[in-house]
Amino acid sequence: MPKLTIDGTEVEVPSGSTILQACEHAGIEVAHFCYHERLAIAGNCRMCLVEVEKSPKPIASCAMPATDGMVVHTKSPKAIKAQKGVMEFLLINHPLDCPICDQGGECDLQDQAMAYGFDRGRFEENKRAVHDKDFGPLVKTSMNRCIHCTRCIRFLTEIAGVEELGATGRGEDMEISTYIERALSSELSANIIDLCPVGALTSKPYAFVARPWELRKTESVDVLDAVGSNIRIDSRGSQVMRVLPRLNEAVNEEWISDKTRFAIDGLVRRRLDRPYIRGDGQLREVDWREALDLVADRLKQVPGERIAAIAGDLCDAESMFALKELLARVGATSLDCRQDGAKLDLRCRAGFLFNTTIAGIERADVCLLIGTNPRWEASLVNARLRKRYLQGGFRVAAIGPPLDLTFPVEMLGAGGETLSALASGDHPWSERLRDAKNPMIVLGQGALSRPDGAQVLAAARMVAESCHLVRDDWNGFNILHYAAARVGGLDLGFAPGPGGHDLGGILAGCKSGDVEVLYMLGADEIDTSDLVGAFVIYQGHHGDRGARHADVVLPGAAYAEKDGTYVNTEGRVQLARRAVFPPGDAREDWQILRALSGALDQPLPFDTLGELRRCMRQACPILAETDLVRRASWEDFGEPGPVDPTPFAYAIKDFYRTDPISRASETMAQCSAIGLPLQRQLAPARTGTLG
Amino acid sequence: MLADSDRIFTNLYGQRDWQLEGARGRGDWDATKELIFKGRDWIVEQVKESGLRGRGGAGFPTGLKWSFMPKESDRPAYLVVNADESEPGTCKDRDILRNEPHKLIEGCLLASAAMGVHHCYIYIRGEFYNEAQRLQAAIDEAYDAKLLGENACGSGYDFELHLHRGAGAYICGEETGLLESLEGRKGQPRLKPPFPAQVGLYGCPSTVNNVETIAVVPAILRRGAAWFAGIGRPRNTGTKIYCLSGHVNTPCNVEEEMSIPLKELIERHGGGVRGGWDNLLAVIPGGSSVPVLPKSICETVLMDFDSLQAVKSALGTAAVIVMDKSTDIVKAIARLSKFYKHESCGQCTPCREGLGWVWRVMERMVAGNASVAEIDTLLDVSYEIEGHTICALADGAAWPVQGLIRHFRPEMERRIGEYRSAAVRQRQAA
Repeated sequence: MPKLTIDGTEVEVPSGSTILQACEHAGIEVAHFCYHERLAIAGNCRMCLVEVEKSPKPIASCAMPATDGMVVHTKSPKAIKAQKGVMEFLLINHPLDCPICDQGGECDLQDQAMAYGFDRGRFEENKRAVHDKDFGPLVKTSMNRCIHCTRCIRFLTEIAGVEELGATGRGEDMEISTYIERALSSELSANIIDLCPVGALTSKPYAFVARPWELRKTESVDVLDAVGSNIRIDSRGSQVMRVLPRLNEAVNEEWISDKTRFAIDGLVRRRLDRPYIRGDGQLREVDWREALDLVADRLKQVPGERIAAIAGDLCDAESMFALKELLARVGATSLDCRQDGAKLDLRCRAGFLFNTTIAGIERADVCLLIGTNPRWEASLVNARLRKRYLQGGFRVAAIGPPLDLTFPVEMLGAGGETLSALASGDHPWSERLRDAKNPMIVLGQGALSRPDGAQVLAAARMVAESCHLVRDDWNGFNILHYAAARVGGLDLGFAPGPGGHDLGGILAGCKSGDVEVLYMLGADEIDTSDLVGAFVIYQGHHGDRGARHADVVLPGAAYAEKDGTYVNTEGRVQLARRAVFPPGDAREDWQILRALSGALDQPLPFDTLGELRRCMRQACPILAETDLVRRASWEDFGEPGPVDPTPFAYAIKDFYRTDPISRASETMAQCSAIGLPLQRQLAPARTGTLG
Repeated sequence: MLADSDRIFTNLYGQRDWQLEGARGRGDWDATKELIFKGRDWIVEQVKESGLRGRGGAGFPTGLKWSFMPKESDRPAYLVVNADESEPGTCKDRDILRNEPHKLIEGCLLASAAMGVHHCYIYIRGEFYNEAQRLQAAIDEAYDAKLLGENACGSGYDFELHLHRGAGAYICGEETGLLESLEGRKGQPRLKPPFPAQVGLYGCPSTVNNVETIAVVPAILRRGAAWFAGIGRPRNTGTKIYCLSGHVNTPCNVEEEMSIPLKELIERHGGGVRGGWDNLLAVIPGGSSVPVLPKSICETVLMDFDSLQAVKSALGTAAVIVMDKSTDIVKAIARLSKFYKHESCGQCTPCREGLGWVWRVMERMVAGNASVAEIDTLLDVSYEIEGHTICALADGAAWPVQGLIRHFRPEMERRIGEYRSAAVRQRQAA
């Protein structure tokens, strides 16, 4: 614990700290551009120069370790002179286009120039001009503004794991570029917009759209995957303008995926903004009264066992709870929230959670992925795996088709027989898992949604038990979800009751006529070809697959338009908050269900969200524990049996188009058009032999 | 003046055989085994006692630098020889590489033995194509004669020597930039600390030394530290290769004793200034990056580290660039500014942005198209650049400009005045 003096105050800091960190510790701000706590130290912007006694030159505080007895001056004439000098150099070639720069109002350079800049320039030459680069549909470049801090290069190289940005040229001709002009292929690429301290890298879809001070900021969570990334939704009037990451060390650190950030233009396209009823094959606009009456009418006429419901991937726990309560009142027991047919077992919570937790990955030393591509299914889990890989001493293997996770992965085999061998202990990796200090396995939905999913689950449980993955201080058994609603649905028991059918049974019933009424709560990923026989009610926010086959459409709210509870893949309960109102006649989903219960003359016992939550938390106490991960107890789950040797398939084919919102997004469509060929081209290249 | 018997580089001019046989005839590779047997501590001690200071420019005591290498380490250690000689005016290493390659190779072995190094790299400037060919041939000869490789010289010490060609960037001569380049990355200097002795090539303890530094080591060990320390002045000992260029009658490389008076060096070995001593305008005493000295200082200054530092210049690489009164001194320094602007790696803000600024102002100063106040601005900017960057390139770029303003400010002001009055006359005529 070195003790040093900074500006006259003595501070004691953890050993290994830099002077800059020591200054922060002492509450003294030192301006900097290139330094970022999650990136390697570059020490090249030189803005953080401070005076250190006994050193003839000023010292870059971001790079110099704090040592005992050091005397640092951050505001001495020598330090100030050095800092002002650097600021002058940064500004001589930086364009004076702040009034038309999207970074304006949230620009580090602008802010620091207020403190360190001169009020007049001494530079009488022409400013440098640099060609803008095309980084694809997400990141807009304005390279005249670049101050060469190399944060973007370091982020992509270190955290995203794609070496696609670099600096070409020397001296004042140095330019940040992709070498050959092409789009960035990383699914985390847009984080460089946040990292860029100036307006050189800005958001392309958000270009010239709004100023930061015009925006209303709402702290919420993302629902486009099951990570539950913490986000800030910036809105103006009735529209979501942009999504930014919010710091949560346990979940997304300070990054979000490109889909989380840019699928939001899907929130204003293909929206269901009023109720519809199908007549003569056409959907006809109606008012709420008519639509609800029709639905209530049908539900009253049909016996409970012929009514079924499926909840989709984006549903909040409140609406699922309300629907489940409603179905109980009409006597229906055929309900399922596992849209992909994954054979997840409700008997044991630990059997459907990411028990290690995302932050816990950093304690693991061996990881086995089974039928999952975390890069597409949960980008930030993959980023955490990569972070762990970079710390060293981490081996990753996978069962499934070849995949590129940005770090070396040993491919053990494509399908069931490898898993069977592991479960019986006949595989070299059984021993590796057994011998590891903190081993973990990650089971993906691609492996569970097959007909033998329950056997796969049991085989994985056997691996976990035989290789001692579950101990008092460690649980290395993990299910990786990609649907934000899934864990919440399972916690609520949104699954077949006594005598009820699961997804397969419901769809077969629709075909055979055994199911007469199907209530789809935002269910857009099911095979809709079988729905012809049933009366289909679709409640949701987008005119996607589900609405296309519906007889009644009830317009609901998307995630940015309602307060909702979501449970991420770790079992972490988080609250999403409303940033804007749903469009047109659309309503928050629980309100629709409450109104429907009224029309059914079976009113649900809550009139406000608060009352609903109280009921819900009574029925499912775990949902009351927000922002908390409680360790789930290890019990029996899965159905032991032979595992089909056919190769596993990954759950996500196209990362950019996984749900109604991202499918409606023009930005995501552009990314998909560029990204998919890249994915195919890159996928086999980096795997296999490495490891 | 250096006695012939004290000369280390007896084939500096390539008049004799550069190959192994010839080198042996001049005393190279003589009982190298015995020197290795004396142990690493003895070698380091000898080099320390000799007072040898690095010949690459900074003049850091070599023995001290070697003693920073960890004695015990689970990682390999490396010696890297910096043969990326690119400093304008400097051509001493080039003559060693092509005419005395075996002095360097033997020095590599002995220096490595002093630091427990079994792998040594020579990073040679890419443009030195012929030199690289010759050095490689000499290395091959040494391998064939079992002087290198396993059990080098029969000493039981295993030693591998690799030659690596650079690709033509001045910054790769900076020691950590060189390491980056050697590892296959863009040549950009690294942050220090950690210093290469802790974390150097491939993350292992490393020492980077100049060609001349390494090449004099065998002579020091054979003839004794006291002999070397007896040449020159205290703290500035030994012999040194001076490169005389510019307006002298006989430009040359010459090995002389340290601390020889500059005037004597020019008169005796350079054949005097073109047009006589009184025609001298200025001298850059240590390669392009050190401040220029006017004639008045050149009269008395000694060519060594301390003496040149006392007159606010530096010995650098001891490349003496002589300029007579026909020189446009402002233009000469402006050309150097252009060189540094072009060779800046672009990492640090002051160097990347500042050197372009300095060069552009200097170009206007050449014509006089500036105001007198801008001379002060220029000086101030050069101080904002100096000492604010990761490596010393920016310092070396700022010093020539500072030297110019320190000694030739009246000339700059005269040009500005002339330019202005010419402009006024032109306007009146029109």
